[in-house]
Amino acid sequence: MFAILATLALAAFLAPSLTRWAGRRCGWILALAPGAALAYLVSRLPAVIDGETFDATVSWVPALDVSLDLRLDGLSMVFGLLITAMGVATMIYAAAYIGDDQRLGRLNATLLAFMLAMLGVVLADDVITLFVAWELTGITSYLLIGYDNHKFQARRAALQALLVTGLGGLVLLVGLTMLSWIAGTTQMSAMSAAAGSVQGSPLYGVVLAMVLVGAFTKSAQFPFHFWLPGAMAAPTPVSAFLHSATMVKAGVYLLARMQPVLGGTEAWHTTLGVVGATTMLLGAVMAFPQRDLKKILAYTTVSALGMLTMLIGIGTSAALVAAMAYVVVHALYKGPLFHVAGIIDHETGTRELSSLGGLRRTMPITAAIAAMAALSMAAVPPLLGAYAKQLVHAAEGEATAAAGYIYWTALATGIVTTSVAVMLAVLPFWRAGRETPKQPHEAPISLWLGAGLLATLALLLGPVAGTTFRPLVDAAARVAGASPSELHEETSLGLASTSHAAEPASAGALEGAADQAHADADHGAEHGEHGSGTLLKLVTIATGVLLVWRRDALLAAVAPVGGLARFGPEAVYRLSVIGLKSFSGVLTRFIQNGYLRSYIFVVLLATIVLAGYPLFSDRAPLPPLAVLDIRLYEGLIVMAMLMATLFATGTDSRLAAVVALGLIGIGVAINFMIMGGPDLAMTQLAIETLSVLLFVFILHRLPRFEHFTSLAERRRDLVLSLMVGAFFTSLVWGIATEGGESALSPYFAEHSLSEGKGHNVVNVILVDFRGLDTMGEITVLAVAALGVFGLMRLNLDKEKKNGKVA
Amino acid sequence: MARWPEMESVILSRATRLMMPVLIVFSVFLLLRGHNAPGGGFVGGLIASTAFALLAISDSVDVARQTLRIEPRRVMGFGLLVALSAGLIGLLSGGSFFEGVWPGIKLPVIGKLGTPMLFDIGVFFVVVGFTLTVVFTLLTEED
Repeated sequence: MFAILATLALAAFLAPSLTRWAGRRCGWILALAPGAALAYLVSRLPAVIDGETFDATVSWVPALDVSLDLRLDGLSMVFGLLITAMGVATMIYAAAYIGDDQRLGRLNATLLAFMLAMLGVVLADDVITLFVAWELTGITSYLLIGYDNHKFQARRAALQALLVTGLGGLVLLVGLTMLSWIAGTTQMSAMSAAAGSVQGSPLYGVVLAMVLVGAFTKSAQFPFHFWLPGAMAAPTPVSAFLHSATMVKAGVYLLARMQPVLGGTEAWHTTLGVVGATTMLLGAVMAFPQRDLKKILAYTTVSALGMLTMLIGIGTSAALVAAMAYVVVHALYKGPLFHVAGIIDHETGTRELSSLGGLRRTMPITAAIAAMAALSMAAVPPLLGAYAKQLVHAAEGEATAAAGYIYWTALATGIVTTSVAVMLAVLPFWRAGRETPKQPHEAPISLWLGAGLLATLALLLGPVAGTTFRPLVDAAARVAGASPSELHEETSLGLASTSHAAEPASAGALEGAADQAHADADHGAEHGEHGSGTLLKLVTIATGVLLVWRRDALLAAVAPVGGLARFGPEAVYRLSVIGLKSFSGVLTRFIQNGYLRSYIFVVLLATIVLAGYPLFSDRAPLPPLAVLDIRLYEGLIVMAMLMATLFATGTDSRLAAVVALGLIGIGVAINFMIMGGPDLAMTQLAIETLSVLLFVFILHRLPRFEHFTSLAERRRDLVLSLMVGAFFTSLVWGIATEGGESALSPYFAEHSLSEGKGHNVVNVILVDFRGLDTMGEITVLAVAALGVFGLMRLNLDKEKKNGKVA
Repeated sequence: MARWPEMESVILSRATRLMMPVLIVFSVFLLLRGHNAPGGGFVGGLIASTAFALLAISDSVDVARQTLRIEPRRVMGFGLLVALSAGLIGLLSGGSFFEGVWPGIKLPVIGKLGTPMLFDIGVFFVVVGFTLTVVFTLLTEED
């Protein structure tokens, strides 16, 4: 399993140079990487369907009990297949879509890195691994949305997506940390055993809320849905892959994964049911008035994600099966539809619904793909969409919490979704032709192949869904907490209904449709709910078509309501970003006012208040100073340092002050020498030398020394200085007289040679025991140097420019 | 450029030229002996950068840059890479990140070879790169 991740990582690494080398054909080559992953998953498919799981583990941070645990089970399999199959289609499509663009290499690399992260999310068994991969998907998504980085719109959309999902990610991290603390394990597969103690915990509500915020932001649930339509600023291949088939489903995945641990409670059913149903309806309704094909698709994706959330919220075995089936079905129709939108944009130069028409003549293949996908979307038999929809209907009837709400929103959504499917697949192709910016041509095979395969798959799987598709879905649903016995019953039922459909499907699609609808009705009756399935379905479709027919009039009628959007969640987001910016502006101007003296004042004051309080409140009065054993030369050094200090504070010459400070530093170094710290002494001396040098360089350029402070301010500074001095004196005093009990020093002294194989304890601590800290410190050094370089360079350029102008 | 008229000193200039090789050798010596005796990558790096900083002051930044040959920022990046690879070796050889690996080779003057020493070499280069990036930048601006 690590091999497939490594393959993708390698492919991402090589992608830029490979793209340069292979040019437009790079898509076919790079598709091999997800293709290999797909092949691996398919080879494991039969075993996974039988309920087997595959594990792989690499120890990662053993000290924190975090390991890179991967686990392939039914749930990971469904999502893994989606990611890799869509990944293959995306790589081929992206290269053809972008064409000869300098940035194609970067796009390819980011896409492959995203695939890697996304597979990491669905294969992770450890919550920390999951979280890291989760955040990586957010970061790569940010890069991909902002691909057109010269456009303000794209940059803003990318930042918005990053902020919304990133904030959700942070909340999720807290939730997952608390969850693994309560459950006593970071392994998700082991958590369901602790479901009882998790749900009985007083923190259950908090954990649930935090995990849900994480999942809802990622999967664009109301009220966080607004980032997804904005993310359509990304190139179409990216939208098709990330923002319909994979990344946005990560939240759904997490919900399904957590269902056995957190699910089954009243809070779970109600929250997910209501939020999901609301998102479902809202997405569908907002898709309807859109004019841009991609925006329409984005809102229908929001709607579909809402439905998935709602199904997981219902949480019965039937609902979980329906959710898993719909995850696949949605990818199989939404991916192709996105690709079609991209093809139309690519070939005609526009995505505006109103300027498209008659494309069936020039683009027959694209029209056929769009029709197949849209039929699946509208749940018309014998496509796979109809099979999934039938499962969904049955599941909706099982809702216990907010059942009425779910019923009515689902009904309304069904109508609008039908309309939208008509808008997408009928209007651009079948109505009278219209003028487009470019003369339309059929797209090359690299553009339609992936979409064609996915749409055909939905068509082929439809009639035989019960035998081919269902076992995988069941395997996934079992992981999400569906009970095997109920599944069995469900499966036989599903089989019965689809075998009805399978025979006539070959005889005639219409007859099959009727039969399917009949089976649907039987199915509904089994569950004792709305038995008038056929009628309902016909009414739904008819109303949907009617809505499209009268679309213009309808939109004109509801136009005034559109103004309400100004008060929606996006406005809240915008206002909080503006508020945050101005708040940090005020705070920055207050704290970082540009005067070094006020920085130092704040830092020193904070130090003695924060560190002094515990020192003087928790401890007994300072012990008497141990017998002073000061040698003559020690006394002389200290005297010299004292005099240098007094001189440095009094002098008006900066250079003299620097020299005096250097003298103090050297005095400290000599003290280290005497106390037996040659390493410290040596470093101190070298640092002193260098800092005097640096000071001289800078002082050289400062304006003449002047006093800016009033007498009162100087008195205040004097008081602070005395306090700081007193504080540090007592601190050192306290440590020297009673603090020598540290367990660290003997430990390091003892283990330096045996573990670190070095006699110099200081060095062994720096490069071995505390190597990670040192790594962090040298990284900070490097960043600081780049900062200095950047700042000075900036100044230099500005001066040069000014000089030229003058 | 970057010559400081008021600091021009034949003595400093000559002395620096003579001292340079000694300082560099001394810094490498400190780096390599650091594991068992006072020294190490940090202080070694400081000494080495002092040598170049002195050259920059006594002669000119350009001369110092030419003597160093490599852009200090690259030195810094190289150092980070070396230090990081020392950590990765530990990870790849089955241990955890930054776990020391000692192949068991012992050289006459230097002593036992191991990833901590490699890490220290990385630290050395980062310190040299850092100091010289700052020093050169500060001095160059002086025009």
